[in-house]
Amino acid sequence: MRYSALSILKQAFAGNLGWKPVWREPEPKAHYDVIIVGGGGHGLATAYYLAKEFGIRNVAVIEKGYLGSGNVGRNTTIVRSNYMLPGNEPFYEFSLKLWEGLEQGLNYNVMLSQRGIISLFHNDGQRDHYIRRGNAMMMEGVAAELLDRETLKGMLPFLNFEHGRFPIIGGLLQRRAGTARHDAVAWGFARGADRLGVDLIQNCEVTGIRRENGVVTGVETTKGFIGCNKLALAAAGNSSRVAEMAGLKLPLESHVLQAFVTEGLKPCIDHVITYGAGHFYISQSDKGGLVFGAEIDGYSSYAQRGNLATAEHVMEEGVTMIPGLSRVRVLRSWGGVMDMSMDGSPIIDRTSIENLYLNCGWCYGGFKATPASGFCFAHLLAKGESHHVARALRLDRFERGFPIDEAGAGTQPNLH
Amino acid sequence: MASLISCPHCGTRPKEEFFIRGDATPVRPALMAAEEVWHDYVHLRANPRGRIREHWQHVAGCRRWLVVERDNFTHEVFGVTDAAKAGEGAR
Repeated sequence: MRYSALSILKQAFAGNLGWKPVWREPEPKAHYDVIIVGGGGHGLATAYYLAKEFGIRNVAVIEKGYLGSGNVGRNTTIVRSNYMLPGNEPFYEFSLKLWEGLEQGLNYNVMLSQRGIISLFHNDGQRDHYIRRGNAMMMEGVAAELLDRETLKGMLPFLNFEHGRFPIIGGLLQRRAGTARHDAVAWGFARGADRLGVDLIQNCEVTGIRRENGVVTGVETTKGFIGCNKLALAAAGNSSRVAEMAGLKLPLESHVLQAFVTEGLKPCIDHVITYGAGHFYISQSDKGGLVFGAEIDGYSSYAQRGNLATAEHVMEEGVTMIPGLSRVRVLRSWGGVMDMSMDGSPIIDRTSIENLYLNCGWCYGGFKATPASGFCFAHLLAKGESHHVARALRLDRFERGFPIDEAGAGTQPNLH
Repeated sequence: MASLISCPHCGTRPKEEFFIRGDATPVRPALMAAEEVWHDYVHLRANPRGRIREHWQHVAGCRRWLVVERDNFTHEVFGVTDAAKAGEGAR
């Protein structure tokens, strides 16, 4: 069923009894051209673009839980392309451009809201760094604006400008950045892929990767063996565990990242704001809740729940930036398992094993990348070569000495 | 993750007193070891789910390097030993 204003009107008069399930629940076939492991944002986007852009429709997405049960529904929904390094910026800008046409393409409302992101800075050195980042963005054709303190005071009067240790002296603004409804992104890609013939197989865990003469021929699952020509891993926080089934050791460590939402408030925060004195980011959802988060907890974790000390630290950062937050009640917090890579940047590449392809290392920046990650991974699977904006995101960049270290933190996964 | 860690020197202390370095399994290769060996040590991680060993430093206490053995799924801590006693050497 194609959604339109007319379909909503029709259903309204028909008592909303005519809505159909959005995707099928097929049994797995014996063999597919491509099997994608992981029914999250990236896996579903890969399937959608494989079918839509590259004409490969004999595709299955295998998910051990339900679709979108991982990080695509656990993030703070921020979409932006204000990166600095040449290996990253064109990729994330490509992603933002895909976001801008996504709803029309999917015929699904992902509630993309380009409200702008403002990154605050607090001292001269940090201002210079943000100017450099803004210039790097403009060199890739991405607009960036430097805001001074007085402009910011007019736009965001609720900020703590006079803080003794971290006074706010300005901010870097990307107007095209914003937020999207994260669950709707997963559902939209799932529906889009299903409509093009992709089989979405839920509650089916991959238990082994079968190889013959070193070549991958399929996966063992809880629903039996399923054969494939190409196997594509998009398992996020569980990437190391799936790759281990094929004997691969990855440059990843899994960590937990927490996020929080408050009770619903009237509209008060109109942008996405990030704090330069910590790693705090906040926006307001369409329901009115303030959605915010900060850094990872810092220890290896496969648990989708975090530590109270980190929660306390996040609250302290929030209240330091916006003192009024101290009067708001937090409703919920949750955690997601992040595939932290050794340089803080992702990997979209083939592996040393024939027919096995890898999409991982998204750290805690995977949501904004969802469309481009799917597009570029599909490009790699269909054409056998990297999309030109994803050429730097190679698996062998570590051993060759070409890390993409946006934070400049070195090979320490818990510091990115 | 547990909120309290039992330092073998300082007793039970809040987790925030510790700096977490990461996986304690990789062993530093010899200085002139092959590049692949160094690549494996610096970049690659087994990253298992379940029982792991991690290097923690008690920065707000005795400043000793410790090996915390714990489960990264259930958050249970099995034991904390001094890295020197655990025979870790220079890792």
